[in-house]
Amino acid sequence: MSRLIFDKVIGDPMNRVDGRMKVTGAAKYSAEYALPGLVHGVIISSTIAKGRIKAIDSKAALSAPGVLAVISHENAIKVPGFADNEHPTEPPTGGQPLRAFYDNKVYSNGQPVAMVVADTLERARYAARLVKIQYNEDKHKTDFDTNKAQSVLPSQAKKNPKSPLADYTRGVKDGYKTAPVKLELEYIQPTEVHNPMELQAITAFWEAEDKLTVYDKVQGTKPTQQAFAKEWKLPVQNVRVISEFVGGAFGNGLHNWPHETAAIIAAKMLDRPIRLMLTREQMFFMVGYRPYTWQKIGIGASPDGKILGITHESIGQTSSYEEFTESTLQQTRMMYTSPNVSTVYRLLPLDVSTPIWMRGPGEATGAFALESAMDEIAFALNIDPVEFRLMNHTDTDPDKKLPWSTKYLKECIQTGAEKIGWKDRALKPGTVRSGEWLIGFGMGVGTFGAHRGAAAVRAKLMANGSILFQSAVTDIGPGTGTAMVQIASEHIGIPPEKITFQLGNSDFPQAPNQGGSAIVATVGSAVVAACTHIKEKLLTMAAASEKRFTGVKMEDVLFDKGELSLAKSPSVKMSYIDILKKQKLTELDIIQDSKPGEEGSKYSKYSFSVHFVKVMVHPVTGRVKVDKVVSCIDAGTIINKKTAANQIIGGVTGGIGMALQEAAVMDHRFGRYVTKDFADYHVPVHADVPKVEVYFTDKPDYIVDPMGTKGLGEIAIIGVAPAIANAVFNATGKRIRELPITPDKLI
Amino acid sequence: MNQFSYIRVNQQQAAVDAIRKDKAAMFIAGGTNLTDLMKRGIVSPERLIDINRLPLKEIKAEKNFIRIGALALNSVVAENSLIQKRLPLLVQALNSGASAQIRNMATVGGNMLQRTRCHYFYDTALPCNKRQPGSGCGALEGFNRMHAIFGFSDKCIAVHPSDMSVALMALDATVLVTGPKGERRIPFSDFHRLPGDRPETDTNLQPGELILAVDIPDAPFAQYAHYLKVRERASYAFALVSVAAALHIEKNVIREARLAMGGVAHKPWRLTEAEKYLAGKAVSETNFTEAAKIAMQGAKAFKHNAFKLKLGPNSIVQALKTASKLS
Ligand SMILES: Cc1cc2nc3c(=O)[nH]c(=O)nc-3n(C[C@H](O)[C@H](O)[C@H](O)COP(=O)(O)OP(=O)(O)OC[C@H]3O[C@@H](n4cnc5c(N)ncnc54)[C@H](O)[C@@H]3O)c2cc1C
Repeated sequence: MSRLIFDKVIGDPMNRVDGRMKVTGAAKYSAEYALPGLVHGVIISSTIAKGRIKAIDSKAALSAPGVLAVISHENAIKVPGFADNEHPTEPPTGGQPLRAFYDNKVYSNGQPVAMVVADTLERARYAARLVKIQYNEDKHKTDFDTNKAQSVLPSQAKKNPKSPLADYTRGVKDGYKTAPVKLELEYIQPTEVHNPMELQAITAFWEAEDKLTVYDKVQGTKPTQQAFAKEWKLPVQNVRVISEFVGGAFGNGLHNWPHETAAIIAAKMLDRPIRLMLTREQMFFMVGYRPYTWQKIGIGASPDGKILGITHESIGQTSSYEEFTESTLQQTRMMYTSPNVSTVYRLLPLDVSTPIWMRGPGEATGAFALESAMDEIAFALNIDPVEFRLMNHTDTDPDKKLPWSTKYLKECIQTGAEKIGWKDRALKPGTVRSGEWLIGFGMGVGTFGAHRGAAAVRAKLMANGSILFQSAVTDIGPGTGTAMVQIASEHIGIPPEKITFQLGNSDFPQAPNQGGSAIVATVGSAVVAACTHIKEKLLTMAAASEKRFTGVKMEDVLFDKGELSLAKSPSVKMSYIDILKKQKLTELDIIQDSKPGEEGSKYSKYSFSVHFVKVMVHPVTGRVKVDKVVSCIDAGTIINKKTAANQIIGGVTGGIGMALQEAAVMDHRFGRYVTKDFADYHVPVHADVPKVEVYFTDKPDYIVDPMGTKGLGEIAIIGVAPAIANAVFNATGKRIRELPITPDKLI
Repeated sequence: MNQFSYIRVNQQQAAVDAIRKDKAAMFIAGGTNLTDLMKRGIVSPERLIDINRLPLKEIKAEKNFIRIGALALNSVVAENSLIQKRLPLLVQALNSGASAQIRNMATVGGNMLQRTRCHYFYDTALPCNKRQPGSGCGALEGFNRMHAIFGFSDKCIAVHPSDMSVALMALDATVLVTGPKGERRIPFSDFHRLPGDRPETDTNLQPGELILAVDIPDAPFAQYAHYLKVRERASYAFALVSVAAALHIEKNVIREARLAMGGVAHKPWRLTEAEKYLAGKAVSETNFTEAAKIAMQGAKAFKHNAFKLKLGPNSIVQALKTASKLS
C-alpha cells in the first residue's frame, strides 16, 4: 500500500482550490443569489397520501402582507411540455415524473400542492400557514410489508430480457439448495432519506420570454438544461443552469424535482426572479431517498468452504408514477466464484414519492445482504470470514467472463486484516470483553463499476502562461476542481497555482451528471486530451521559431514548469509565454472532447473496497460504539490523497448512519413519515465517528482511463453497514438483519 | 410562524403584569424550544414577553439548600464550581442534554417547561390531544417507540423530554414561582403532571405564573451519583430511557437512595418504592436488580416500546452500579 510521500502533483494532498471560499462564505450556493427584484417561494405540501384536492382557500394568504401570489393547479400557467399522459423530460428513473401544479391529483403525502410567493421568506412562510386545502381522500397503500406480494418485474426487464434488471441465472437456478451447508436469510434496508447539509434550493428567473436561467442544486448542469429545455419547449441554448457550488448531494441532485418546476412556473407568472429552498421536513417527502428494500439470500457451500450457489432476491419500493430501479444485485453475480448464481429483482409501487440513488446506491443495499450472508455462512462453516472470502476470490469476472481491468482486492483484504488487528478476533462470538463492553470485529467488501463517459473540456492558455479550463460538470463535494487542476498540472506542465478550473455552468462544454463515481475518469480524461491537444499546438508553434524543434516527436519533448524542452538536450527550450508572444497570440483556446474506447467489451472494470471495523457493544444498554475503522481501497491512481481520504471517511460515516441510526419511519394509517427532522431521524454526530484509517493501493488502471483512476466515491460506503453488522454479531452473537441496529435490538 | 408583538421586561413585577393582561402572551427565555414550536405552528402566542433581563441568573448556596435562578443558563449551571462539587448528578444530566450551542441559550426554567418531542405533537397534519384537544392521540395506535410506559392515559402517551428535570426530581428540588396571586413553592414531584384527561397541560403552574428559581436541599449524594442516558447515538439525542441515581453510602451500606427515570412518562418518574427497598441494603448487583424489578412494577408497553420494559430495569441496575462504583 502506498506510503504518504509526495513528490509529484498527482497524489499530492493539495488543499482544495476552493477551500478558502467555502470556509469564508465566499462560495455561493443556489439560494444565495440576490438578484434584483428577488421574491421568495414557500411550498405547501399535501397532508394526505392519495386523493384529489377539493378546494384551495387562499383568501387569507393573499391578503397577508407582502404576498404576491398563491400558485396551485387552479391558476398555474400550463407548462408547455406537460401534455396529457406524457412528460417531456425522461426521468432517469423511467416512468413519468410528477408534474408540478398540473392537476388536482395527490400521489403521495408531502407532495407539493401549492406555493406562496411573497417579498420576504418570513412573510411567505407565514402566509403558507393561512392557505387552507381540502381533499377528497382515496385509500392509500404505503405499507411495504402488507403489499409485498404485489411486487412486479420492472418494465425495462419486461421489454428486454437481457436487461441487467431481468432475472438472471448462471449455472443451475437456485443451485444453493443442493449444497451440504445452506442458509436462507432475509434482510431489510429501511428508507434512508437524503439529508445533505445544503437543502434543495433553486433561484429561477426568465431573462426574456423564452430565456430561462436557474441557479439550481443539481448534479449535472447539462442534463438539467436538457430537461428544462424539453419541459418548457425552448431551444437548449436558451436555458442556462448554474450550479457552481453544491453543499453535498449524494444522488439527490440526479433528478429534477417538482419544486424546481414550481419555482420556474412562479418566476414566469410573476416575471420576477424567485428563490425557493425546501425545509428540512420537505426533504423527506419530495426529493428522493434510498428505498425501503427487502432482500432474501439463499447461500450454499461445501463443508470445506467453497460457495456452491447464491440466490439473491430483492424488492425495492418505488412510487406509483415512476419506476426507480438500482443495481442491488450486480455484485452478487461477480464477486465470488460460485458456479450457480440466481438473481431476481422486483419493484413494489406504493403511494409514496419516487426514490433516487443514494450514495453507493443499490450496491450498498445489496452489499448489506450479501456481505452479511457471507459472514453468516462462514460462521456456520466455522471458517474465518476473511479466509472464507479469500477462498472464494475470483481472478476473472464470472459474470461477464472477462478479465478484470485491475483488481487488488486480495491485497486490500490482507492489509485491512493486519491494520485492524484481526488476529485478536475470536471465532466464537460474545467472548471478548473490555470492562463492561463486548468487543467484536467484522468486515465487508464493496465494489462498484469503474465507469467512464464522454465529456469535453475547454482549455485556454493565456499570454502570461496561466491556463483556464472550463467544464459544465458540478462538484458535489469530492473536490472535482482540485483534482482537475492536479491532472491538468501533471499533463500540461504548468504549476497548480497558475491553473484555474471553472465548473458548474451549462455554458461550458459537455459533462455528464456527477454521479456513479465516474467524474474523475470522464472529465479528467477530457482534461488530459485537452492538454495533449495544447501541447501539440505548442510544439508546432515552437518549431516555427526554433528549428531544433522541427520534426521532433511529442514523446521526445518535455513539458514542465511552463516550458517545453528536448528530452535529450534540455537546454533547447522555450517557454509557453514566448511561444505565444512569437506567434502574436493573446491566448490559445481549444475545446477537446474525449470518450471511452472499446475497453468495456474486453475487460470487466470495477473498483473495490474492504472495510474492517471494531465495535464495542454494551450488553446491558445495547449501545454500539464503532471503535475503529480501517478501509482499504482499490481505486487505481489516487489524484489527491487528502480529498480521496476525505471521500472515504465521509462514506464510512454514512455507513455508520446506515448501520446504526438511519430510518425514516412512516405511520401507514396516514402514509406520512413520523421521523422527519434531525431530532427523530438520526445521522451520526462527531462523537459517533472513530478514527478511520484509509489505505489506498494507488496502483494505476490504464485500461479505465489515461490517469489510471477508478471511481471511489461509492465504494466508500458500500460494505460498511454489513461490516458493522458482522462486528456486532461477533461481539454479541446477535445477528441483526433489519437495519438500523439500535439498542433495543441488542438487549 | 404567526405575527406577534414583542416586549422586554426588566422587572419581575412587570413580567407578571404583562402576562396577566394578555392571555395570548407567553414568556420567552432562551427561545430554543418556543421559537421551534412557533415556526411549526404548534403554538402561536400573539405577544412574547422577553424575560432574559430579569435578575434571575444567580446560583447561590443558602443555609441548607442551593438556589439556582430560573434564567441561569444550562451551560453556566453545569460549569459552576459549587454545582460541580455538590450536585454532580445535575451536572451530568445537564451535559447529556441537547448540544453545547443549545445549552448556551437554554435556561433552567425553560428546560423544565420544554414540550414533549412526540412525533404527533410536532406535526400539525396529524392528530394530537396535547396540541389540539379532542383530535385524538396519534401515538396510541401509531409509532410509539419513544413513548411512555408509566402514568399515561388513553388521551396521551407522550413523555417529558427533559434530562435536567429527572435529576431535579431525584434531588427533591422545589420550584419557586410568582404570579398574579403572589409567590408559592411547588415540590418538584408536583410540578409536572400526568396527562389524564387534560394532556394539553404539562404542569401545575397556574396561568401567568413565572418561575423564579429552583431550590435543591443539601444532601449527602455528591460522592455516589450517576445520570445514565441511553440513546442510539453518542450525543445530541433525546433519551430512549434515562436514570438518575444518587446514593448515600456508608461502609458499603446504602443509607438513602434516590432514583428517577426519564423517557418513560409524561413527567420525570420518581422510583419511590425502589428507593425504599434500597435503604439499609448492601451495595450489590442482586439488590440493584431487585430494586429495578420493584421500580418496573405497573409498567405497560405499547406496540413499539416494549423494549423499555427491559431497557428500563437494565438501565436502573447499570446506573446504580456506576453510581455506587460497583462496576
Ligand atoms: C435540537 C435540540 C435538542 C435538544 N435535546 C435535548 C436533550 O437531549 N435533553 C433535554 O433535556 N433537552 C433537550 N433540548 C431541549 C432544551 O433543553 C430546551 O429547548 C431548553 O432547555 C429550553 O429552554 P429555553 O430557555 O430556551 O426555553 P424557551 O424556549 O425560551 O421557553 C420554553 C417554555 O418555557 C416558558 N418559560 C421559560 N422560562 C420561564 C420562566 N422563568 N417562567 C415561566 N415560564 C417560562 C416559555 O414561555 C416557553 O413556554 C433540545 C432542544 C433542541 C432544540
